[in-house]
Amino acid sequence: MDIKQMPAIDKDTLKSENLVLNMGPHHPATHGVMRLLLELDGETVVKCTPYVGYLHRGVEKLAEDMTYLRALPLTDRLDYISSMTHNQGYCYAVETLLGVEVPVRAKFIRTMVCEMSRIASHLLWIATHALDIGAMTVFLYAFKEREFILEQFEALCGARLTVTYPRIGGVRNDVSQEFIDSVYDFTNYFPSKVDEYERLIDRNRIWFKRTRGIGVITAEEAVNYGLTGAALRGSGVNYDIRKLFPYDAYDSVDFDVPIGTHGDVYDRYRCRMEELRQSNRIIRQCIERLPKGAIMTKDAPKVTLPSKKKVLTSMESMIHHFMVITKGPINCPKGEVYVATEAPKGELGFYFISDGEGKPYRMRVRAPSFVHIAALPKLCEGGLVADVISNIGSIDIVLGECDR
Amino acid sequence: MGTDEIVERIKSRFPDDVLSVTEFRGQTGITIHKKNLLAIAGFLKNEADLNFDLLRDLCGADYLNKRAPRFEVVYQLYSIKNKHCIRLNVQVSQKDTHIKSVTSLWIGANWHERECFDLFGIVFDGHPDLRRILMPEDWEGHPLRKDYPVEGPAVEWKGYDEVLKKTEEYKQYQWYR
Repeated sequence: MDIKQMPAIDKDTLKSENLVLNMGPHHPATHGVMRLLLELDGETVVKCTPYVGYLHRGVEKLAEDMTYLRALPLTDRLDYISSMTHNQGYCYAVETLLGVEVPVRAKFIRTMVCEMSRIASHLLWIATHALDIGAMTVFLYAFKEREFILEQFEALCGARLTVTYPRIGGVRNDVSQEFIDSVYDFTNYFPSKVDEYERLIDRNRIWFKRTRGIGVITAEEAVNYGLTGAALRGSGVNYDIRKLFPYDAYDSVDFDVPIGTHGDVYDRYRCRMEELRQSNRIIRQCIERLPKGAIMTKDAPKVTLPSKKKVLTSMESMIHHFMVITKGPINCPKGEVYVATEAPKGELGFYFISDGEGKPYRMRVRAPSFVHIAALPKLCEGGLVADVISNIGSIDIVLGECDR
Repeated sequence: MGTDEIVERIKSRFPDDVLSVTEFRGQTGITIHKKNLLAIAGFLKNEADLNFDLLRDLCGADYLNKRAPRFEVVYQLYSIKNKHCIRLNVQVSQKDTHIKSVTSLWIGANWHERECFDLFGIVFDGHPDLRRILMPEDWEGHPLRKDYPVEGPAVEWKGYDEVLKKTEEYKQYQWYR
């Protein structure tokens, strides 16, 4: 058609309607398989609907069919970025249920490796969060230190991600002197590395524009949404399980809890950066005060496995080993406990219902990422579509944990 | 406020609804009838000296062949100001799997209730958007129920059948000629 023949546009009859944009499930900024349905008016997000469940493996159902010990590796697969803390949370919950007391040395080791895991998780978070917003350099810097921590985990237990190192009643094996020396050396220089990351992104107008005043959630709203961890503390609520319900060695180490004021992306970022320094402090104290002694409890023979050497040489130990693996703890008390620990993402809760069998009658995982994604519409709606990326990064989610 | 006082407060305000109080490992759970759930939850949240403003967790449980009301919905409550916590166990029978939604009190209950509906089939009345969340929309059955097999249902999910059919369909093409 000739352009002259085209009818003139009557401006009064022009219609505008909202655009529905599908983001994900395989969008690089969703940090996993999550799908967002965004309804856009121009560049403004009118409605945001998250869809999750792509990674659902039925961990809770599977655990009902396993003994407490055999269900432990499932928790590695929840938050695979920081499996130490999830193992610890699970073990601590089972210990609370069974009434098992962990030796002091094991408590300190667990606290130390979990804080290392927290650092690794936060480093991955700052790397990808900054990358999503457009600051690429910090990604390469942060991964260097994360790699160091993963190498230490590998030296400690043979696995980099799915560690299964904390066990019910203690830890799997003792730490070596080389491990302690290299980690202590790491804590000497790590705070200067955190300064380095901050130098890369802090004095940057673009970073400020992309984070300050974006995704604001007030303290009341954040509590009402059930946010926990740095996402809640960024809004100014002092809620840290390590301080409120101290577990393992957290009551004998000294650390501060950083609290934000504005509840925006920037405050959540700042809280996590300060947490890196605090975790470093905790690791140092754990190494300095690491007591001598056993690493596995002896007063709960029905839960803990005998040493491999004994299994291969003594008949009783072999039978014992077999019974622990196949039957689980005998004379398990009946009752229900909800035990929460502070995972890098937020409050990780394990709720057990025990009916006296060696298996959990019901295991519930209260995953922080699940709750945080539920609050994503609140953060995104009314903002720009580009800020959706900042918001996803700022709540620090991992979909393996969300979908379970 | 100590846990005993909290239990006493609830008992004196709602004498007919508290069925039992359990204590295990220093954690207190109150089993209540579902009839007055919203009133009790609102009382727990809004009274100044109780002020349970954080719903830490909400989940279901299935007591098939173990207890008379088959299901239970469990609420873990915490007060940030007063630093105390309590657990609410609300009984739901198999005949009437409806229960009031607490999303009007805690918005965070939204997804927890959807999950509970998805995996246990408990229907939350008054929920703004009760859909399946972890399982596909056209999934049949509720996987966390005790009578649901661990290895999965005998009849394959419709979505997977479609994939298999497509695979068969594509076999008719000869790729090497």
